[in-house]
Amino acid sequence: MMYSDKVWDHFSNPRNVGEIADADGVGEVGNATCGDIMKIYLKIDKDVITDVKFKTFGCGAAIATSSMATEMIKGKPVSEALKLTNKAVVEALDGLPPVKVHCSVLAEQAIKHALADYYRRNGIDPTPFVGELPDAEACHVH
Amino acid sequence: MERFVYADNAATTKISKPVLDAMLPYLTEEYGNPSSLYRFGNQAKRAIEKARKEVADVLNADPFEIIFTAGGTEADNWVKEIMRSLKNKGKNHFITSAVEHHALIHSAQRLEKEGFEVTYIPVDREGQINPEDIKKAIRPETGLVSIMFANNEIGTIHPIKEIGAICREAGVLFHTDAVQAAGHIKIDVKEMNIDMLSLSAHKFHGPKGTGAFYCRRGIALNSLIDGGAQERGKRAGTENVAGIVGLGTAIRIANEEMEETTKRVSAMRDRLIDGILEKIPQCRLNGPRENRLPGNCNISFLGIEGESLLLRLDLAGIAASSGSACASSSLDPSHVLLAIGLPHEVAHGSVRLSLSDFNTEEDVDYILEKLPEIVSTLRSMSPLWEAMQKGEVSYDL
Repeated sequence: MMYSDKVWDHFSNPRNVGEIADADGVGEVGNATCGDIMKIYLKIDKDVITDVKFKTFGCGAAIATSSMATEMIKGKPVSEALKLTNKAVVEALDGLPPVKVHCSVLAEQAIKHALADYYRRNGIDPTPFVGELPDAEACHVH
Repeated sequence: MERFVYADNAATTKISKPVLDAMLPYLTEEYGNPSSLYRFGNQAKRAIEKARKEVADVLNADPFEIIFTAGGTEADNWVKEIMRSLKNKGKNHFITSAVEHHALIHSAQRLEKEGFEVTYIPVDREGQINPEDIKKAIRPETGLVSIMFANNEIGTIHPIKEIGAICREAGVLFHTDAVQAAGHIKIDVKEMNIDMLSLSAHKFHGPKGTGAFYCRRGIALNSLIDGGAQERGKRAGTENVAGIVGLGTAIRIANEEMEETTKRVSAMRDRLIDGILEKIPQCRLNGPRENRLPGNCNISFLGIEGESLLLRLDLAGIAASSGSACASSSLDPSHVLLAIGLPHEVAHGSVRLSLSDFNTEEDVDYILEKLPEIVSTLRSMSPLWEAMQKGEVSYDL
């Protein structure tokens, strides 16, 4: 198993680590038993993601995908962040080992959960926008 | 990178200079085939027999009882062959432990698929096996018991002599995977009632791809590889002469220097363990303080995941190993850490640092300098650690 230079870069120097105290949306996926938890904080102003932070418990790929995914939605309209796929995150990292692809799925889900939280806080049903979000209780199968 | 500290000696070790010097002629000028009848071939054959005696002497075995293999895993696979041959005698029950190396665990699983019954002996919180459990598990159809000499992940040394005595008394064959023990702990196959044993050269400054299987005289042994008369016809194929010479030299030197090496390495190990436990809160030593492999240090750091810790150590120039899920295709953490009762979340945050006599006190200092800041950085970005700090989750150490 080998990580790309991009993965190493985002792992060793992760972007957007931290929390946002007055976040407009927070999403958390994964669980400790499975070995990875991702928590994403969004600051949204006029439907634009003005700031994003993350905290991740997990392997190198989990940290690198969190970092890359947050970079990819920072400064973007909510509508664009909703379109972010795990595949795009993997591509932006120049690939992930097959056993690590689930980390990119978690990153996509964490963002969707944070956006769903944003909609709910604004009294909007998130389902039409983010779809049905899978329960993150069971360890992911890939 | 300012410094490189190799702390993964349980994975493999560096070939020592005397071992390399002993091997080199057989990779260059002395390239004869040991099976050839002319003297040029005989020289290679003689070198193999010398190595066989070196291995036998260290184990207190007869050279006839030593078969060279391509490593520890191959030697372990022989256990499966022996079980298969015992089936005709109505022996279809195999006993092993829950903490074996995958070479044994996967062999046992293969036997189960073939219709054998397998008992996996559990271990206590320190990874220790109670010999009484083995005594109770033995039944009339038990053919073989295989218990590792010392654990590769958490370093626990098992009561091999006692287990061997129980098997001997019950008339059951006893194999031990001594891959982590050979070259580090005194092994006497006669005194310890060992019928079969596996070892691997690269764990004690020998070359990779070379190991040995000790099989007590009188035990019927089917061939593992057919195709020639090498290794008494049990393991065909032109011998890895240089590798075998390296194995013989490495085990002889390891044995000669064992007392001194053990003293020095275990002192470094203890300083490393004490230093980590003192400097870093919320971590636990896995495996016992006593009865532990001289170089093994295995620690669980709560709130972080082992692979990211290991990668950060790599960035700091320290090579270590994690038994964490992410290192394999399975998402389960190490079977050994689960067997000693660690919750998944704690097992995920484990790292093994394994020292050898090539490590220095400066290496230990360097690890103790770098590790606390790395753990602290990873904890600062971990939502699990955050939840622990808020008292939302907690784990017993």
